[in-house]
Amino acid sequence: MPHATNADDPDTPDGVQIDLISGERMDSLASMEKIRMILDGVHEGNIVILEEGLSPDEESKLIEVTMSEISPDEFNGIEIETYPKSSTRDSSLLGRIMGNNESAAKLTVIGPANQIETLHKDETLISALVSRD
Amino acid sequence: MGLFTELKTSISRVTDRLFTDEEPKRIGIYGPPNAGKTTLANRIARDWTGDAIGAESHIPHETRRARRKEDVQIEREGKSVTIDIVDTPGVTTKVDYEEFTDEMEEDDAIRRSREATEGVAEAMHWLREDVDGVIYVLDSAEDPITQVNTMLIGIIESRDLPVLIFANKIDLEDSSVKRIEDAFPQHKTVPLSAKEGENMDEVYEKIAEYFG
Repeated sequence: MPHATNADDPDTPDGVQIDLISGERMDSLASMEKIRMILDGVHEGNIVILEEGLSPDEESKLIEVTMSEISPDEFNGIEIETYPKSSTRDSSLLGRIMGNNESAAKLTVIGPANQIETLHKDETLISALVSRD
Repeated sequence: MGLFTELKTSISRVTDRLFTDEEPKRIGIYGPPNAGKTTLANRIARDWTGDAIGAESHIPHETRRARRKEDVQIEREGKSVTIDIVDTPGVTTKVDYEEFTDEMEEDDAIRRSREATEGVAEAMHWLREDVDGVIYVLDSAEDPITQVNTMLIGIIESRDLPVLIFANKIDLEDSSVKRIEDAFPQHKTVPLSAKEGENMDEVYEKIAEYFG
């Protein structure tokens, strides 16, 4: 996993890291490994984008584990936005970028609740404001 | 009532229970914070058992532990169902204790947020393991298309649990039941005001129909 960003540390770049995780990589992981990878990234201040999202059971576990890790003044949870499942196999942007025409197209954006604010969402667009604080 | 009659009635109740009743269905009341879940749970419990379940408040996460009211027998239109009502904390993906500091001291706000997170985690676990049906409560004056609502309905559907959507707070000026029906057209939406007791006849009719 790449380094987290820290504006106070001259050795790390000033910015917000975005991890785009392919469906292929997620397929090779067990449910709790996926959740751990997502939450480790979010704890580091990263925005995690999943090409194929999570199953309902995994979403339920993600909420449960997130709740167990919330701590005053340190971590107050996640923001998560997901496109609805699409019947169009190759319609996702990541699917086209990665050449994966078999995508289930359930792109999911997850970030730290204190850094990500959704400005707009519809069936074709998620617009998010990400702060560095 | 004579001793013999009392004994006969008592034996009859026991045999009825042994031979005709199934275990009560555990019906979880789920939804976002401040949708009116506890107000509804209290309304149902008071109407059918005379007791309330828990405290109600305008402050989010007043319910921080799932609370159960057992053996609530509901009868409507010749249908009858016995349920255990499980009132759960409002589901969310984030809890910030500073949201409560306007209403209480910081220590109390921190304690409240910790209890809330434990309660939500518990409610999610129960949803996967321990409920037979779901009453999903939404504030009809709010936009129902949120990520949490979409995720929760998806989780409930994936478990093939019977679900009724209750569009609460129809007494509010901004209420729109149609907005909820349009958001989740695959499920039955029942309008109500748990606070004012509006449309509770249909609420009980649908509970008996869906969970009986």
